[in-house]
Amino acid sequence: MIVDSATADRLAEAPHLAEVQGRSLWQDARVRFFRNKAAVASLVVLSLIAFFAFFGGFFAAFDNETIDFTLMGANAYKGVPSFETGHYFGVDSDGRDLFARTVQGTRISLLVGIVGAGVAVIVGTLYGATAGYFGGRIDGIMMRTVDVLMSIPFMFVLILMLVIFGRSILMLFIGIGLISWLDMARIARGQTLTLKNKEFVEAAVATGVSPMKIILRHIVPNLIGIVVVYATLLIPGMIITESFISFLGLGVQEPATSLGALIDTGADNLNNGTRWQLYFPLFFFVTTLFAFFFVGDGLRDALDPKDR
Amino acid sequence: MLSFILRRLAVAVPTLLVLVIISFALMFAAPGGPFSGERPPPQAVLDNINARYGLDQPYWKQMVDYIWNIVRYFDFGPSFQYRDRSVTDVIMQGFPVTLTYGFWSFVVAIVVGVSLGVMAAVKQNTWLDYLAVGITIGAQVLPNFVLGPILLLTFTLWLGWLPGGGWNGGQWQYMVMPIIALSTSYMASIARITRSSMLEVLNAGFIRTAKAKGLPMRRIIFRHALKPALLPVLSYMGPAFVGMITGSVVVDVFFSTGGIGQFFVNSAFNRDYSVIMGITILVGALTILFSLLVDLLYAWIDPKIRY
Repeated sequence: MIVDSATADRLAEAPHLAEVQGRSLWQDARVRFFRNKAAVASLVVLSLIAFFAFFGGFFAAFDNETIDFTLMGANAYKGVPSFETGHYFGVDSDGRDLFARTVQGTRISLLVGIVGAGVAVIVGTLYGATAGYFGGRIDGIMMRTVDVLMSIPFMFVLILMLVIFGRSILMLFIGIGLISWLDMARIARGQTLTLKNKEFVEAAVATGVSPMKIILRHIVPNLIGIVVVYATLLIPGMIITESFISFLGLGVQEPATSLGALIDTGADNLNNGTRWQLYFPLFFFVTTLFAFFFVGDGLRDALDPKDR
Repeated sequence: MLSFILRRLAVAVPTLLVLVIISFALMFAAPGGPFSGERPPPQAVLDNINARYGLDQPYWKQMVDYIWNIVRYFDFGPSFQYRDRSVTDVIMQGFPVTLTYGFWSFVVAIVVGVSLGVMAAVKQNTWLDYLAVGITIGAQVLPNFVLGPILLLTFTLWLGWLPGGGWNGGQWQYMVMPIIALSTSYMASIARITRSSMLEVLNAGFIRTAKAKGLPMRRIIFRHALKPALLPVLSYMGPAFVGMITGSVVVDVFFSTGGIGQFFVNSAFNRDYSVIMGITILVGALTILFSLLVDLLYAWIDPKIRY
């Protein structure tokens, strides 16, 4: 006998003892992400900021439109941030509660970032995946178009659009959406080129699945990892673009506001002794961007291990 | 090489055309003509003015004339807001200013960025490296319109060292803050790119050979490692150029330096279409020209590129 009966029994039982738990890509990624302290801390910060932006209004003692006439002409010394007056962040130069205004501005800035990234994800991914999957001349034409669009200084065209069609949030969303998908299209195309030669795509082709269905059912789901990473890294870029335009006074219009517009008014009033009007929006702006960058970095390390 | 230049031009020229067509179509789609104000003049007068500015012509004719005038005479048409000046005058006044501080910002971004990146890579995982990485992360979240107010707070209001704005014929005191505000985020990107490509090059076989030969470290870095490490930086020049031109709008507005950005934003508020369009097209042409130059330079330096 080569093995004794006890060992044989043990071996015979082994397959039934416990199914070996396989770990999916996403489980791996989650473990890697949560090991990254900076990314997790940033995620917490980001959740706090999101909570502030969407529910902060409930904690404000004033709404964002009421002008506090008791402070008229005395903003610099009566409108200072204090808990007693209820103006936690002070008042802005028109006597409105800066806390409520910051809540409103943060919300719009976040929305712009998320909408911009959303357009990039949907349009860019589909465009890039289509170009990459079909290849050849279609790919050439589609990607040359992206090249051409990319080398146009879009900030200037965007401002031209805002001037001609009027300054509104909708126009801003459209303009930012128009720019944002270009990078994503390139990234998605690059990934698709490597994916389309894999066996599962060949199998789908062999069983007669239509090209569009292959792209939607087989290519796009496999792009999700990289798309999520770049979408997270795109959001701060979108927020910066929007704030840039609002800083120039061409973006979000009163009574709506965004962090860029608030920074602009704060910077305009630097000499009037109301510096908190700059500090609070600036703090939220910088913190939000920092948090997005770190979360994006963490996601990249987690989902795209070869990029390290 | 010639065919590469030609092929590259074959992309550049249509790009410029697309830009002109887009901006012209946008301007044409704008509701109301440039002279239909709240109290429009009599129809006969309006017809005369429109004929004077060529606005009675069909769309394609106007566009062809517009392009022809730019190509032939460098004439971007009359400004609608400043009645006595043409768009070319406005550009000629603002552009030298923008070019001056833009050039210095570019130089600062490259010199400081590359040295920071090389230092960080050579002294990897020392305090110098961490400092450099920290600076690059910090600079990433400080775009020029955030940096502007911070600089103003520090150097003008707190320390009182520098004037808070103006140009004054380009004295250095007036240029310091615009240059810092404009160059910092690109300096950070260049430093990051240099650091990672330098790290890669320093691990390459030919550097090990150089070390084995007993060459001094300084010589290895400057003679052998720097050139290949700088190639990715070169390809970043194009985007950096676009970013700086765009950023100059903020700098002009914030520091009142009097560059084209200031005219651009003023015209945007006054709906002076022809100035906006002229500046947009000029900037677009410069951008395309610049990226063409960078591509050619790249192809010339990098032996791996086939054309």
